[in-house]
Amino acid sequence: MIKTAVCIKQVPAYSDGLMDPNTGLLIRKGLEMVLNPNDLSALETALRIRENYGGKVDVFSMGPKHAEEVIRQAYAMGADEGFLLTGKEFAGADVLATSYTLSQGISAVDDYDLIICGKGTTDGDTSQVSGALAEWLGIPHVNWVSGIKKLSQKTIQLCQEMEGELYTVKASYPLLIAVEREIYTPRMTNLKMKIAAKRKPVKTFRLQDLKDQKEIHYGLKGSATRVEKIFPAKENRSDTEPIRDTAGAIEELALLLKPYAAGRKAKQRVDE
Amino acid sequence: MSGDASKLSILVYFEYHHRRLHPVGLQLMTAAKELIRNNGGEILGIIIGEGADQAEEQMNQLPLSEVYLYESEEYFKSDLYKTLMLDCIQQSSPGIVLIGGTKEGRSLAPRLSAALKTGLTADCTELYVRDGGELVQIRPAFGGNLMAQIITPDTRPQMATLRYNQFPPLKPSVSEAGRRKPVSFIKRKLSTQPSSLLEIIDTARFTASESIGKQDVLVAAGRGVRSKEDLDMIIELAELIGGELASTRRLVEQGWISFHRQIGLSGHSVRPKLLLTIGVSGSVQFMAGIRGAETIIAINSDEDAPIFSAADHAYCGDLYEIVPALISTLKKQNT
Ligand SMILES: Cc1cc2nc3c(=O)[nH]c(=O)nc-3n(C[C@H](O)[C@H](O)[C@H](O)COP(=O)(O)OP(=O)(O)OC[C@H]3O[C@@H](n4cnc5c(N)ncnc54)[C@H](O)[C@@H]3O)c2cc1C
Ligand SMILES: Nc1ncnc2c1ncn2[C@@H]1O[C@H](COP(=O)(O)O)[C@@H](O)[C@H]1O
Repeated sequence: MIKTAVCIKQVPAYSDGLMDPNTGLLIRKGLEMVLNPNDLSALETALRIRENYGGKVDVFSMGPKHAEEVIRQAYAMGADEGFLLTGKEFAGADVLATSYTLSQGISAVDDYDLIICGKGTTDGDTSQVSGALAEWLGIPHVNWVSGIKKLSQKTIQLCQEMEGELYTVKASYPLLIAVEREIYTPRMTNLKMKIAAKRKPVKTFRLQDLKDQKEIHYGLKGSATRVEKIFPAKENRSDTEPIRDTAGAIEELALLLKPYAAGRKAKQRVDE
Repeated sequence: MSGDASKLSILVYFEYHHRRLHPVGLQLMTAAKELIRNNGGEILGIIIGEGADQAEEQMNQLPLSEVYLYESEEYFKSDLYKTLMLDCIQQSSPGIVLIGGTKEGRSLAPRLSAALKTGLTADCTELYVRDGGELVQIRPAFGGNLMAQIITPDTRPQMATLRYNQFPPLKPSVSEAGRRKPVSFIKRKLSTQPSSLLEIIDTARFTASESIGKQDVLVAAGRGVRSKEDLDMIIELAELIGGELASTRRLVEQGWISFHRQIGLSGHSVRPKLLLTIGVSGSVQFMAGIRGAETIIAINSDEDAPIFSAADHAYCGDLYEIVPALISTLKKQNT
């Protein structure tokens, strides 16, 4: 029996927000919202653990009221209970405040054995919430988890993909992990499951449902960072006119690349 | 917690693996040195790992005033490293803490920032400092089309991770070492040796992900390449010039190329001496990964392709004509 909490976030389906160069306002093309794809892998990981070892899978999300949709999607995939942390006090949160809010929600519900996060969100894409959340919860954490090697009621063995090196990490519960998207392919849902999920209630947590009810710890007020301004990325490094004559291009390219090709030859000779 | 208000002090986290400094440390040094250039200040370093004191010689060649050394286990563990890092910050009270945007850094930094209840800005691409030591942090936002400018107004230290390979490395210099006050090394040992709840029971090398970030010559293929089979000629060209194959996200999504070879915002940042792009449009997300490239050569059939505005040498033409002809010319030259 392993009790798992999965953190899921609703994100824009297309994250290519643009700024209107005239008004300076943000144009959000992708108003369609989806469950963060990396979190689908996190949920799939939790569901597989439940299938093999028993227990439960609860999901937590912080966001506006319409983030309820991603909890329903998690229900359709097989999650047990879903909790939405919502309210104006939570809005405008940075990593510090987001992770704190999630930690308050999670610890209000149960003493989970495992907390599973996605690798990162497609809108924030910072991969920072998981480590901060683990610190608030006072439990160890492992990022970049690409596989589960062994699991028992007391301990878990994970594959952690560090740079150029694969660690096998062993830990006891409680533990937080952030999984790579490739860890498992998320299951498909069918219409029947979706309909059943619509009827299942989503529990809403507001500030007054949490242990710490000090407003200054949440949302914009609880955030340590401030966004001063947003501006378009500019990429010009040169104004070279492209060369259009193909024969000339090949000749020039061959000349430019010659030293590299020669260098490679020389290196090969040394190697031999 | 805040440092001596009159003097800006910056703590740089040097990743240390197998008794070697990770290149990101020298990239952080470039950023740190720039931050103290106008108004002065000092740079401190921290090294955690097995044989940490063996890095002293290299540290002596960098513009550092103090380096904290923590002899520890070989492998990174987020909880243990956080505890040691916290000790260092309590000892030195820096105004700014810089950490690499590597796998290790991005696992350590958020845990540390929550422990300090301070702000963290991830994956910064540009930094500068205002009078009074306020750090202005700039990072891509909303899928990379926009940049966000972020500050940490009330809490200290101000923490940032820097995008790996975004900044050039600071070259260690023996001559410079002679002109400065020597670096003082502080070997810290905590009264109760902290432990970790994580146990690393095995490690294995794998090569895939280290390849493109550290290559000198890269050939990046984009959607202009029409099929997986056609990649063969790109690979052949790459091999001919001693380069490694890289790609845009489009080809990764097609399943033609492994994610480990993807350049860009959601892939790797690269710093090759030469980057040759073939059939790559030059989306802002792709460009976010190539700022460190020294020379960029671009081949694209669309004269308005944004990649041309970043290229040092731009060729407007059909890759299916240019690449095969180029391969045979290079082969002839070399025989
Ligand atoms: C949040 C987010 C993150 C992203 N992260 C990344 C990332 O990390 N890396 C990345 O690459 N993309 C990323 N993208 C996707 C990015 O927006 C672009 O879709 C992608 O970079 C385009 O790849 P491309 O240049 O291969 O394809 P295209 O944009 O389709 O360009 C193909 C180019 O090939 C040229 N071409 C066609 N035929 C020929 C020919 N015969 N000869 C010569 N040229 C030819 C065309 O003129 C065109 O310019 C991201 C997007 C989002 C929203
Ligand atoms: N608002 C949120 N609600 C629930 N989970 C979140 C939220 N933000 C981030 N997470 C979790 O933290 C992971 C990392 O997010 P990020 O740091 O934003 O890249 C995500 O994959 C989620 O599992």
